[in-house]
Amino acid sequence: MSSARLVSFLLGLLAAVLALVAAFAITSLVLIIAGDPVGEVWGEILTFPEQRNLANIINNATVLYLSGLAVAVAFKMNLFNIGVDGQYRIAAFVAAVVAGEAWLPGYLNTALAILAAVLVGAAWAGIAGLLRATRGVSEVISTIMLNFISTSVVAYFLRKAAVREEGSNTLGTREIPEGSRIPSFSIGDGPGTEIYGFIFIAVAAGFAYWFVLNKTRFGFNLRATGQSTTAAVASGISVKRMTIGAMLISGGVAGLVGLPILFGDSYSYGSTFQSGLGFAGIAIALLGRNHPIGIALGALLFAFLDEQSNPLQILVGVSPDIVAITQGVIVLTVVISYELVRRFGVRLEQQQVAKADKPVDEPKEVTA
Amino acid sequence: MSNPAPEVPAVRLQGIGKRFPGVIANDNINIDVMRGTIHAIVGENGAGKSTLMKILYGVQRPDSGTIEVDGTQVSMGSPADAIKAGVGMVFQHFQLADNLTVLENVVLGAEKLHGIGGRARQRIVEISDSYSLGVEPDELVEDLGVGARQRVEILKVLYRGARTIILDEPTAVLVPQEVDELFGNLRGLKEEGLAVIFISHKLDEVLSVADEITVIRRGTTVTTVTEPSSVTARDLAELMVGSELPRASSEASTVTDEVLLSVQSLSLPGSGARPLLDDLSFDIHRGEILGIAGVEGNGQAELVEAIMGMRERATGSIRLIDTDLSSASTRQRRESGIGYIPEDRHRHGLLLDSPLWENRVLGHQGRPPSVKHGIVDKRAARQDTLRIIDEYDVRTPGPGVLARALSGGNQQKLIVGREMSGDPILLIAAHPTRGVDVGAQAAIWNHIKTARREGLAVLLISADLDELIGLSDRIEVILRGRFVGSFDPSDVTPQQLGSAMTGAGASA
Repeated sequence: MSSARLVSFLLGLLAAVLALVAAFAITSLVLIIAGDPVGEVWGEILTFPEQRNLANIINNATVLYLSGLAVAVAFKMNLFNIGVDGQYRIAAFVAAVVAGEAWLPGYLNTALAILAAVLVGAAWAGIAGLLRATRGVSEVISTIMLNFISTSVVAYFLRKAAVREEGSNTLGTREIPEGSRIPSFSIGDGPGTEIYGFIFIAVAAGFAYWFVLNKTRFGFNLRATGQSTTAAVASGISVKRMTIGAMLISGGVAGLVGLPILFGDSYSYGSTFQSGLGFAGIAIALLGRNHPIGIALGALLFAFLDEQSNPLQILVGVSPDIVAITQGVIVLTVVISYELVRRFGVRLEQQQVAKADKPVDEPKEVTA
Repeated sequence: MSNPAPEVPAVRLQGIGKRFPGVIANDNINIDVMRGTIHAIVGENGAGKSTLMKILYGVQRPDSGTIEVDGTQVSMGSPADAIKAGVGMVFQHFQLADNLTVLENVVLGAEKLHGIGGRARQRIVEISDSYSLGVEPDELVEDLGVGARQRVEILKVLYRGARTIILDEPTAVLVPQEVDELFGNLRGLKEEGLAVIFISHKLDEVLSVADEITVIRRGTTVTTVTEPSSVTARDLAELMVGSELPRASSEASTVTDEVLLSVQSLSLPGSGARPLLDDLSFDIHRGEILGIAGVEGNGQAELVEAIMGMRERATGSIRLIDTDLSSASTRQRRESGIGYIPEDRHRHGLLLDSPLWENRVLGHQGRPPSVKHGIVDKRAARQDTLRIIDEYDVRTPGPGVLARALSGGNQQKLIVGREMSGDPILLIAAHPTRGVDVGAQAAIWNHIKTARREGLAVLLISADLDELIGLSDRIEVILRGRFVGSFDPSDVTPQQLGSAMTGAGASA
C-alpha cells in the first residue's frame, strides 16, 4: 500500500511542478514580448530572501493560508466561496470593535474578539449557504453580491465606530489595548523580523481542517456530497444541511483571515485595512489541491512572489505587477496539469485493476 | 450509385485491433457483412461490441486492421467520414430534440442535402413510404412513442444516404410488440438492398431476425453463424461466454405470511396533472421477492426513491415491520434496515473518485464498523471491504483502489456486498444486473436468491423480463404510476407481461 501512496504523492508533486514550470514559461514569454530583461527579473525574484523579507513572507503566507483554507472547505463540497473577501473584512471589523472596546480583560478579550470574528464570518457566508439550500441561488452569485454589501456595511459602521487620531486623516476603530494583542516572536535580529503569533492559530486551523475532513463522519459526508450529490442523497446525507454547514465553516475560517494583521500589526481596523486577500485564497486553494500542506506551500509561494517582486521597479525597471501575471497564470496551469496527471493516475490504476480482473485459478493474494 | 457486384461485401472488417490502457478491447476482428442481409453481432457486455461499432462509425480509430466499404478501403476519422462512406448509426439512446418536429430533427445537421423546406419534407415522405416507416414529418417528437422515435432515428440515417445501418441494442427500450414492428422495418430495409448490422445480447431476437450472426468474445470474433436456424439461443450463449451458463431460475418458495414491508396509498404528484405514483399499496413478506415490471419511465424509479425517502412530496404510509417510516429521512430508513442497490450505480451508488473502502462507508456513515462516535474508522472499514471483496468476488488489487477503475460488474458486486452488510430487512434492487457481464450477473442473481432464503423482503425492479420472471415470487406491472396487473411468474410469458406493460392486454 505504501508504494501506491508514494505514487500518488509523486504524481501530486509532478502536477504542481508542471504547473509552476508552465507558469514561469508563460510569464517569461510576456517579459520577452514586452522587451523586458527576462534573466534579470528571474534573477531578482529567485534570490534567497533576507531575514526581513523572510519574516514578511511568512507573515503574509499566514494570512493567505487562512484564506486558502476557507476557500478549500467550500471547494471540498463543490461550493465556490468567492465571498471570503467580504467575509474576512466584515469579521475583522467586528473583531476590531470588540477587541477595541475591551469589555473583558487581557486575553479573554482576544478570545472573545476571535470568536466574534468567526461567528460573523460564518453568518455572512451562511446567508449564501441558506440561499443555496433553500432557494437554489448559486453561491457564486450570492457571495459576490455579499462582498459588495460587506464593503458598504463596513464603511457605514466604520464611521460610527471610528475614532479619529489627532493629526491624521485615516479612520480607524479604537486601538486594541496592549494586553489583548497577540505577541510576535523574532526570527532574527534587527527590526522587521517579527513573526505573527497568530501563525500558531493558523497551524491549528490547518490541523483541524485535516482532521475534520478526513477523520470525522461530518467530513466524510462533506466530501461525499462534493463528489456526487446524487450518491450522497441516496446514502442518506441531507445535502441542504451539508451545504449550510460547509458555508458556515468556510465563512468561520474566513473570519480568521484578517486577524493576524489585526492582532499583530495594525491593532485597529481602518479604511486602509488590507483587502483582496480572499481572491488570492481561491488561487492558493487550487494550487494546494485543497490539501492542508499543499495550501501552506501555495501560500508561501504566493507570499514569496509578492515580496520578491517589490524591488523589481527600482532594480531592473520592471513593474512588480509581473508576478500578478505569474500568479494568475498558475491558476490556469494548475487546473490543466492536475487534470492531466489525474487522468494519467486513473490509467495507471486501471492497468493494475485489469491485471487483477483476469480470472485466475489460484487464490487471490490479499494484502491488508 | 451503381450497385457493386453482389459478392463484394457491403462492409468488410479485417484484423481490427484496438487497445486501451490495460484493456484489449478488440483483437483481430474479422467480419463480412453482405448487402441485403441483417447481420447480428452478439457478445456479452464488455466483449468489445461497442468499441467495434465506434470504430466502424469513425468515433475511434483502430490500432490495426482495415475497413472496406463496398470493396473500397476507407479510413474513418470521424462520423462524417462514415456517413460519406454510406455507414449510418442508430444509437441506443436517441439523439432527438423533443421540442422539434420530425422534419426539423431529420434535417438538423444535414441542411445541405435537401434544404429545410418542401424538398426535405418530400424526401422524408418518400423514404418513409418506401420502407413503410410510417413517419409523419410535421409531428412533434415529444408526442411520439419510443418505437416511433426509433423509426425517426432510422429515417435520419437513411436521409443522409446510408446504405449500411448499424443499430446498437435497438430493442433494449422496446416492449415485445414494438420489437416485432422494428423487425418488420429491418426486413423492409434489407429487401431494398441495404445492409443492417444489428448489435444485441438478446439471443432469441437475434435468432428470429438475423441472416448471419457473428459472436464476439473477449474482443475477438469467435465464429460467424451463416445458418441461424441451425443453432439455438443456448448454443449462441455458450459461444459468447465460452462455458456453461447460469440461469435466472427461482428455487422452492420461501415466502412466509409475515409482512416485512407494508406500503399503503403511496402517491407522488408530478409536474403536470398526472401523478408520478398513483395510490400504490402492496406488502412484501419475509422471504419474498416482489418484481416490478414496466416500460421505463412509468414510475419505477419514483417508487424506489419514494420508499428510500428521496422524494419529499411523496404521501402515503411505509412501514418496515413495526417501524413507521412514512416521514423518516433517507438515513433513518437505511438504518432501520433498508439496503438499496440503485438503478444508476455511477450516479447513486458510488463515489467514483474515492477508494473502495470509502465507498464501503457510504450509506453506512452512522453505523459500525465503518464509523464509531462520529469518527471514520478507516482500519475497520478497510477490513470490512476486504471481507466484501472476498465474499462477493470483487476483482481488485485491494480496497485502496478508486471505484472508477473497476469494471461495471465488479462495481456492482461491491455495491451488493455493501448493501447486504448491516443486516438489512428489505433489499431494494433496481436493475441490479444492468450493464454487467454474464459472470457477474449470475453472481448477483445468486446473492439476491440468498437474501431471499435468509428471510429478507426483496423489491426487484428490472427491464429484463426473463430476470423478473426467473427471480420473482410475484410480479406487479406498473403503468403510468399505477399497478395494472399482478402476475404469477410461474405461468406468465414475457409477451403477456409486455402487453400489460403497454396497457394493451386485459389485466389479470
